[in-house]
Amino acid sequence: MFQGVINGVSAIAIPLLILAIVGHGWYKKVKVYEVFTEGAKEGFNVAVRIIPFLVAILVAIGAFRASGALDLITGLLSPLTSWIGMPGEVIPMALMRPLSGSGAMGIVSELINTYGADSLIARMAAIMEGSTETTFYILAVYFGSVGVKKTRHALPSALLADLAGIIAAVVVTQMVFG
Amino acid sequence: MINTIWIVLMAGGILVAGFQCLGLDYSSAEGLMMNPSFVPLTDLTKGLFDSAKASVNLAMGLIGIMALWLGLMKIAEESGLVKLFAKAVRPVMVKLFPDVPPEHPAMGAMVMNIAANMLGLGNAATPLGLKAMQELQSLNKVKDTATNAMATFMALNTSSVTFIPATVIGIRAAANASNPAEIIGPVILATGVSTTVAIIAIKTLQKLPRYRMPAVEPEGKEV
Repeated sequence: MFQGVINGVSAIAIPLLILAIVGHGWYKKVKVYEVFTEGAKEGFNVAVRIIPFLVAILVAIGAFRASGALDLITGLLSPLTSWIGMPGEVIPMALMRPLSGSGAMGIVSELINTYGADSLIARMAAIMEGSTETTFYILAVYFGSVGVKKTRHALPSALLADLAGIIAAVVVTQMVFG
Repeated sequence: MINTIWIVLMAGGILVAGFQCLGLDYSSAEGLMMNPSFVPLTDLTKGLFDSAKASVNLAMGLIGIMALWLGLMKIAEESGLVKLFAKAVRPVMVKLFPDVPPEHPAMGAMVMNIAANMLGLGNAATPLGLKAMQELQSLNKVKDTATNAMATFMALNTSSVTFIPATVIGIRAAANASNPAEIIGPVILATGVSTTVAIIAIKTLQKLPRYRMPAVEPEGKEV
C-alpha cells in the first residue's frame, strides 16, 4: 500500500507537471515552442559548467576509494550507521552533503557508476541528494550577500533539519526499496 | 572547507596506496612480513584517469535533461504559472513570517525562491533567494544580525520540500536507471520530514535567550 502510493506519485509527477506547464502556457497564448527552446539553450551551459567540479571531486573520491582509504573510514563508522539501515558506502554522501553541492553530486554519480543506478546504495544516495541541501554554502552566500555576520539560530536549525532529512532518506529508502 | 576535504581525499588516497605498496603482512606466523609491489599505485593511477573520463560522460548525459527542464520552466515563467503558485501558498507564508508585511516584496521573492527549490532548480533558486535576502535586510533594524524572518527563510530554503529533484533524476537517467523518476515519492516524504523539523527547530530556538535578537541600535549610530 505505502509502496504503491509512493511509486504512484513518482510515476505521475513529471507527466502531470509537463502537461500543466504546457497546457497553461497554451491557455495563456505563450509561444510555447519558441519559449521552450530559448530556455533549453541554457541546458548545455549548465551541463558544461559543472564539468570542472565533477572532474575535481570524482577524481579525488576515486583516489580515496581506489587506494582502500574509504574502506578504512566506512569500517570505522559503519557500526554507528548500520542500526538505522545506512550501508557504509553511503556514509561519505551523508558527510559531504551539507558541505558541497558539487561534491555530493560527485559522490552520487560515483556510487551510481560503481554499484549501478538501480542498486539500493545508489537509490539511497540519490534520495539523500534530493532531500537535503548544501547548508553551509547557502548560509555563507545568502547571509554574506547582505552583510549579516551574526546568524543566531539559523545554522543549528538548518543542521538539525539536514540530520532529519538524512535519517528520513535512509528510512524511506529502506521502506520503499529495501 | 571544500579545500580541506579535497586535500584529505587526494593526499589521503595517495598516501594509503603508497603504504599498501609496502605489502606489510601482520598475519604471518614468522612475524612481520613484507611483499613490496607497485600494484596499489598503478591501480590508483588507473582509477584517477577512469574517474576523470567518467565525469565528462556524465555531464554530457545531463545536457538533454537539463535542456528539457529549463525549457519547461521558461514556459511556466512566461505563462505566469509560477506567479499563480506564489499566490496559492501566500496564506502559509503569512503564518510563517509574521514580521514581514504580506504585501512586502520580500514575500514574493521568498515564494519564488521556495517554488524554484521545490522544482529542484537550484540554479534558478539562488538569484531569487539573494533578492529575498536583500528585501528582508531592508526590514532589519540591526544590520549585522539575522532577523527571525531571515533565519526562518534560511531553514526553509535549506530543507525545502522538493517535488522534482531534477538534477539527480537527470544523473540517474544519464546512467540508464530503469526508472529514473522513481525517487520522487521518497524525496517528497523525506523533505517533508526535514521541513517539519526545520520549522519546529526555528520556532523553538528563536525563543532561547542565547539566540535573542539584540536591542535596536540608537538612530544615527549605524555604520
